[in-house]
Amino acid sequence: MGAIDPGLLLAALMVAATPLLLAALGELVVERAGVLNLGVEGMMITGAICGFAVAVNSGSPLMGFVAAAGGGAALALLFAALTQLALANQVASGLALTLFGLGLSSLLGQGYVGIKPPPMPRPDFGQLSDVPVLGQVLFSHDLMVYLALALVAAVWAMLNHTRAGLILRAVGENHDAAHALGYRVVRVRVLAIMFGGSCAGLGGAHISLVRVPQWTEGMTAGAGWIALALVVFASWRAGRVLLGAWLFGGVTVLQLNLQATGLAIPVEYLSMSPYLITIFVLVIMSADRSRAPGSLGRTFHAPH
Amino acid sequence: MLRMEKRPQPSRIWTWASPPLAVVVTMIAGGALFAALGKDPGEAIATIFWNPLFGEFAFYYRPQLLIKAAPLVLIAIGLSLGFRAGVWNIGAEGQYIVGALTGAAVGLAFYPLESRVVFPLMVLAGALGGCAWAMIPALLRVRFGTNEILVSLMLVYVAEQLLAAMALGPMRNPDGRGFPGSRNLRDYPAAHNAEIIEGTGMHWGVAAAVIAVILAHALLSRHLLGFHIRLAGQAPRAARFAGVRPGRLVVICLGVSGALAGLAGMFEVAGPAGQVSIDFNVGYGFTAIIVAFLGRLHPVGILLAGLLMALTYIGGEMAQSTLGLPAAAIQLFQGMLLFFLLAVDVLTNYRIRLRRAEAA
Repeated sequence: MGAIDPGLLLAALMVAATPLLLAALGELVVERAGVLNLGVEGMMITGAICGFAVAVNSGSPLMGFVAAAGGGAALALLFAALTQLALANQVASGLALTLFGLGLSSLLGQGYVGIKPPPMPRPDFGQLSDVPVLGQVLFSHDLMVYLALALVAAVWAMLNHTRAGLILRAVGENHDAAHALGYRVVRVRVLAIMFGGSCAGLGGAHISLVRVPQWTEGMTAGAGWIALALVVFASWRAGRVLLGAWLFGGVTVLQLNLQATGLAIPVEYLSMSPYLITIFVLVIMSADRSRAPGSLGRTFHAPH
Repeated sequence: MLRMEKRPQPSRIWTWASPPLAVVVTMIAGGALFAALGKDPGEAIATIFWNPLFGEFAFYYRPQLLIKAAPLVLIAIGLSLGFRAGVWNIGAEGQYIVGALTGAAVGLAFYPLESRVVFPLMVLAGALGGCAWAMIPALLRVRFGTNEILVSLMLVYVAEQLLAAMALGPMRNPDGRGFPGSRNLRDYPAAHNAEIIEGTGMHWGVAAAVIAVILAHALLSRHLLGFHIRLAGQAPRAARFAGVRPGRLVVICLGVSGALAGLAGMFEVAGPAGQVSIDFNVGYGFTAIIVAFLGRLHPVGILLAGLLMALTYIGGEMAQSTLGLPAAAIQLFQGMLLFFLLAVDVLTNYRIRLRRAEAA
């Protein structure tokens, strides 16, 4: 049995947490606006293939990420049309989005199996990356890892310290009151949904372009659903999403490392662990539901 | 300017007209998709929806229709009860897998005993396995208020890993020269879910699906529990005043749908699939969600929707071999169906009116 290098483990954790972090942050904003979009998995996998295909064809991973955000947002727009304009049930529409996204991605992904994407540029931190352990853990990653961290701060600041954030939360807490105050409930929600879609798309592309990096069908393997669970775990607060993403990234990385050390436990049982831990954490966190946005999942139909 | 006006009651006409309309719209959009893939849209649609039933090789494909529809209908009937009551079991795929595992485990444990009790015991084990798997989200929701959508879905991934572990470990065929996968239950007559009538595709799972449709219909239209289920979904507050215990409803809905999904898995593993293997599950548990909605959560509607979805599976396979249409295109097609259905449904609940100038 080989030893596990804690420095490498933490560095891998940062990378593994990024897709979850991005997707969960997006969903957090959507849910704070009072919309429950269960289609995160579908938007992630669509982002994964859009990003992969564009990165391979253009040779630029950054273009890939832009395309991934666009793909995720486009899918999210379908969800927005269904739930905000056609006033369809949000749970059913989210499921439809996931099923649709899985089909769409495997159709788009034909011909991309077994290709290596262009490598993602890494920002140069100079001497900093040579610092033992710390350099490896903090300063050895691709751009998206840092962008995701910056996004946590941005979302936190936006929600808590700007007028836009206040309106968004008002819409999520009580859409009838927000409407009465003259806020455009549907417009705010559509924008939030599209933001959520692009974040999920970025998260998916991080899996296919950086983490794996390859395209295989259904490669997000439930990351979108774990991201949904993360939002509950975080009690709808941005800072806690970061904590949760690191926790789940850590579990994923740890079980992969344990698999590699050739432990006596069969691989399949180790692979179950992230999902089981998600359930476990959900159970603990769901004792207090008071923090959920008041209008979460409810359909809004303007009286006039 | 168009304006939407909420109907006091869902339109009866549109309740029944919207699924066929959604199917037609999906065919048009699907045709456009197939055309974009460089296939003749008319030919592709005909291959999927017409040829399996009335084409040259229909005698081969018609029995397949029942084989594919049985698990879809069984699972969807169970899901529809929960969906009506606002209990969202999204993890039927996992319950289907676990039902197949427990059912097969009983069959394999008795091998090579030839006895009449083996198959009934397997049926029982399959139902109990699926039910037990669904009890996890049910009890967590009742006891801790945990979201059953996320828990039941997480358990799908756990079940998939469990399936792989079983196919490679405890259930691996000892005479299989090390290949993954269990003994083939089709070669073990006491455990084989054989056709009841030769050459029709009619196996015990089909019979179970028909029984489930009849029982669900009776439950919803004649029984107090069925009334409570409908009441809890349409008016949760009123349901509570009427003495409906929400926790009990959650347990019943998830338990029944888990048991039915488990049954479907058991009939599949003992019949058409034959063995426990890594790639045993093909997504029936997820497609059944589409079937449940397309069938309006109504037992008879689900029966028809199940047959239609089975047709897209079989026609899709035909289109794959004859036209080279990618398998993913069919998956996308099925996903589109649910999308359009949800969109068309706006007509059921709302009236679209032209906005008139309002008097001051």
